[in-house]
Amino acid sequence: MAPLAPRSGDAVFASVERVNAELFTLTYGAIVRQLLTDLEEVDEVNKQLDQMGYNIGIRLIDEFLAKSNVSRCVDFKETAEVIAKVGLKMFLGVTASVSNWDADGLSCSLILEDNPLVDFVELPDACQGLYYCNVLAGVIRGALEMVSMKTEVNWVRDMLRGDDAYEIRIKLLKQVPEEYPYKDDE
Amino acid sequence: MIGVGKTKQYSNVLEKPLSRGRQEVSLSAFAFLFSELVQYNQTHVDNIGELERRLEDAGYSVGARVLELLCHRERGNRRETRLLGILSFVHSTVWKVLFGKVADSLEKGTEHEDEYMISEKELLVNRFISTPKDMGAFNCGAFVAGIVRGVLENAGFPAVVTAHFVPMEGLQRPRTTILIKFAEEVLRREARLG
Repeated sequence: MAPLAPRSGDAVFASVERVNAELFTLTYGAIVRQLLTDLEEVDEVNKQLDQMGYNIGIRLIDEFLAKSNVSRCVDFKETAEVIAKVGLKMFLGVTASVSNWDADGLSCSLILEDNPLVDFVELPDACQGLYYCNVLAGVIRGALEMVSMKTEVNWVRDMLRGDDAYEIRIKLLKQVPEEYPYKDDE
Repeated sequence: MIGVGKTKQYSNVLEKPLSRGRQEVSLSAFAFLFSELVQYNQTHVDNIGELERRLEDAGYSVGARVLELLCHRERGNRRETRLLGILSFVHSTVWKVLFGKVADSLEKGTEHEDEYMISEKELLVNRFISTPKDMGAFNCGAFVAGIVRGVLENAGFPAVVTAHFVPMEGLQRPRTTILIKFAEEVLRREARLG
């Protein structure tokens, strides 16, 4: 069978089953609230959200690759574009733009204008250190790790903290070559 | 006053216009998030009852907010004061907005006056969940039961809401029933209103 052509983010999003974004937003809010009650420390909550995102990311990448038919990305620039245009659209229904590439092309920013995770949200003064959408950073990190890229993902700008957009900085640390799971002599 | 002291670019969240509620995310995004919620709670509890309670609490906060949002957006800020009114609000409006369809059925309990049941062949939250045998009758629909309890309690109809699996002939997977047991005062008030 001839390889299927890669589909655009909109086409994939139109073909997957969708739910109301508000259910998603409110459920995420309930999760953050539960974490804040249990852990109390804002840093611990940030770490836990990142860990949850990581767990989601390592499974999400399978679905992404299966449904979107993207071919292997030639370089990290293409990877970032694919995440912003296809990946985010397919799952969250929003696209991001990629910018602020550094000199060696290993670090870039994803800028999100619209973020379904944060509808109706306002951070109280007691939680000013909280990265509310940290789960997204974890998802990206987990997904990329499963395709052999070790990355560091951080939040640069956060609208809940007063900035004008959501900016995630992705830095490629290294490409881990795929290990063949079986030993040759077995 | 809310908003004072924050940087100028941040507009007060209360000033932002309310969206029309048409935005969508993929089902798998929600399923992944819900699975993380369940997994996180599993590590923090000792028994199933505790796990159900935590899921219900999470759902309760969703329900409270959904009531506010939908009353404002769909009902023009009119409150439901009658029992059947609030039940049909939950069964139709809430279900339609959250899960994309009205609930399969709404029944009155035959054994007790204060029991009502909303049934669904397959709850959206349970679609990608399989319960291991050693967890017995645990139902992640406890989250949805929490949503219903949140809506009812904040609308002034305190109730105990639970989710149960009901095996049905001819169906491979059991149906889920959300059992609503209203508090005494609700029935008394309803009787008074005639």
